[in-house]
Amino acid sequence: MRRATGSPLLWPLLALAGLLLYNLLVTPAFFALRVQDGHLFGSMVDVLRNGAPTALIALAMTLVIATRGIDLSVGASAAIAGAVACTWIAGSPDPAAPGTAVVAIALAVGLCLVLGAFNGMLVSAFGIQPIIATLVLMTAGRGLAQLITDGQIVTVSNPVFSGVGGGFLLGLPIPVLLTGAAFAAVALLTRRTALGLLVESVGINPTASRLAGIRSRGIVWGVYVLAAVCAGVAGLMISSTVNAADANNAGLWIELDAILAVVIGGTLLTGGRYSLTGTLVGALVLQTLTTTVYTTGIRPEVTLVFKALVIIAVCLLQSPKLRRPSTRRRRGEPPAAPPAPEPVAPATPTPASAR
Amino acid sequence: MPSGQTLPVLVTFVLFVALFSAGSLRYESFFSAQVLLNLFTDNAFLVVLAVGMTFVILTGGIDLSVGSVVALSGVLAARLLAAGWAPVPVMVTVLLVGLALGTAMGLVIHHLELQPFVVTLAGMFLARGMCFVISVESIPIRDPLFTGVAQAAITLPGDTFVSPSAVLALLVVAVAAYVLHSTRFGRGVYAVGGNEHSAMLMGLPVARTKVAVYAISGTCSALAGLLFGFYSLSGYSLAAVGTELDAIAAVVIGGTLLSGGVGLVVGSLLGVLVLGIIQTVISFEGTLSSWWTRIVIGVLLLVFVVLQRLLVRRPA
Repeated sequence: MRRATGSPLLWPLLALAGLLLYNLLVTPAFFALRVQDGHLFGSMVDVLRNGAPTALIALAMTLVIATRGIDLSVGASAAIAGAVACTWIAGSPDPAAPGTAVVAIALAVGLCLVLGAFNGMLVSAFGIQPIIATLVLMTAGRGLAQLITDGQIVTVSNPVFSGVGGGFLLGLPIPVLLTGAAFAAVALLTRRTALGLLVESVGINPTASRLAGIRSRGIVWGVYVLAAVCAGVAGLMISSTVNAADANNAGLWIELDAILAVVIGGTLLTGGRYSLTGTLVGALVLQTLTTTVYTTGIRPEVTLVFKALVIIAVCLLQSPKLRRPSTRRRRGEPPAAPPAPEPVAPATPTPASAR
Repeated sequence: MPSGQTLPVLVTFVLFVALFSAGSLRYESFFSAQVLLNLFTDNAFLVVLAVGMTFVILTGGIDLSVGSVVALSGVLAARLLAAGWAPVPVMVTVLLVGLALGTAMGLVIHHLELQPFVVTLAGMFLARGMCFVISVESIPIRDPLFTGVAQAAITLPGDTFVSPSAVLALLVVAVAAYVLHSTRFGRGVYAVGGNEHSAMLMGLPVARTKVAVYAISGTCSALAGLLFGFYSLSGYSLAAVGTELDAIAAVVIGGTLLSGGVGLVVGSLLGVLVLGIIQTVISFEGTLSSWWTRIVIGVLLLVFVVLQRLLVRRPA
């Protein structure tokens, strides 16, 4: 409870509120919801639905970062999961059967489990820097995914498989429910048991926690396995939305978005304290920003500039240097204060001057 | 002490020789000076990138923005040339933009105590986004100086030739090696990477060194962007996607430690050549598909990282 009202969540929530306010003023249709065939539709639903894979990966990334690590390979793992599932379905004698999809999904998630164990082994057993250990799979992973799909974009048509990314349950999109369930499960596991505390202690000082009797290796191993499995499920969502596996482009740069969501959410990359709620808000900020850019009619390619501005703004606010002189200094710095309007404000001048 | 630094570079060299020999044994026309020289011509821009990255990694940092800056430099150069600028001011402008971007990132990283990873990630998005703001479509370069450089070839004895870009890249390597090993600044780079706190207590200009390495990397990226422009004769927003990973991989395969303080710029050159020869072997093989390149690079990266880990652990 104290976390929710504390300062780490303040800026991302303000950013989100600012974006929503901007939409309310400029494109009120953004908030329109309609029910069609018993399913909920609207821009807000799109935000949740399109943001679900990134949020799911960001969830696991939060724990990885809390242990002072980073996982660059999740995008590649997502591509591999999609490739495995689609190739299996396309190659099976009965591609439309529900059983085929179940086996394909199990196969994909199982393989991601192995990939996560591989990353975890490099980091925890070999003691290799996480950024480099996971760079190995990031580099090789898309090659592996292409190897699996033989360099083709494998298209499938299986109702059960399409459901993972495009289906609805109780009127809500399944990816949103899946990601929500994952958040709830991880939050319960880490906040209602001592696990979250152990993760934080490993991130703050691995050696001290090991000496204190915490099995830091096992915990580090665990978070990388979780990251890969979440990436696998996200990869299934991505490939199932389009009913195809694109080894080259599925989940491209999703690891950077996920890391960004974690950072915006107030978790420091130096490890230790983390905030799952913050990550969720961070992921929502990113997706709302992207959707806002689309609905406002700005060229979608320019989203990257706004993303950069958001990172810069949020990082500056979180900079230890700016925080240390405490409130007195911050009050004296009005330009850095409102992070939310900042990405939106230059929206009109930037493209205008470019054209 | 020198063995820890030179041994991985020797391993990389042996690996390169082994790959070249294997290629020569397997394919008839492989064993030639021209195949070797083509490695330099095709990878000139990557060599320049890896040199800049070596400086950054030696201080214990990382620069994720280099690939995007290559694309930005290419698009900017193409756009300015299309707008009627003379080629020399265009090149100067591009280099200054790279220098400014790198310096800005360095200043933010050092003075605001932010992680290089996040700051250069922001730089990566910013540079790539600016590419799209300038132009979404590929812009052809038709300037006579650029096309002249692109088509020029320096003939060498034995009926072989090499591009001016390759010569420039080697010059950059030579300058970098001189700066790192024979100047006060170079020693500062190693000292900051070895232990930033100690370097500060010793009275070394830590702030200046840290900002300078990002400025160097930014300038190298802009230069690499120009070389890439000579190579492809166009500016394209989606050019060089993921090249930062190739540059990091080359530096790591070249024996530089990511934790900073240990490494040689020659190693990075060899790292690029190893990546290049893998591509050459795969193109000679013909039937081997391009994704094998990625897998092989990943496996090599793994081997070198584990090897370095073993080498570093022993003295500790």
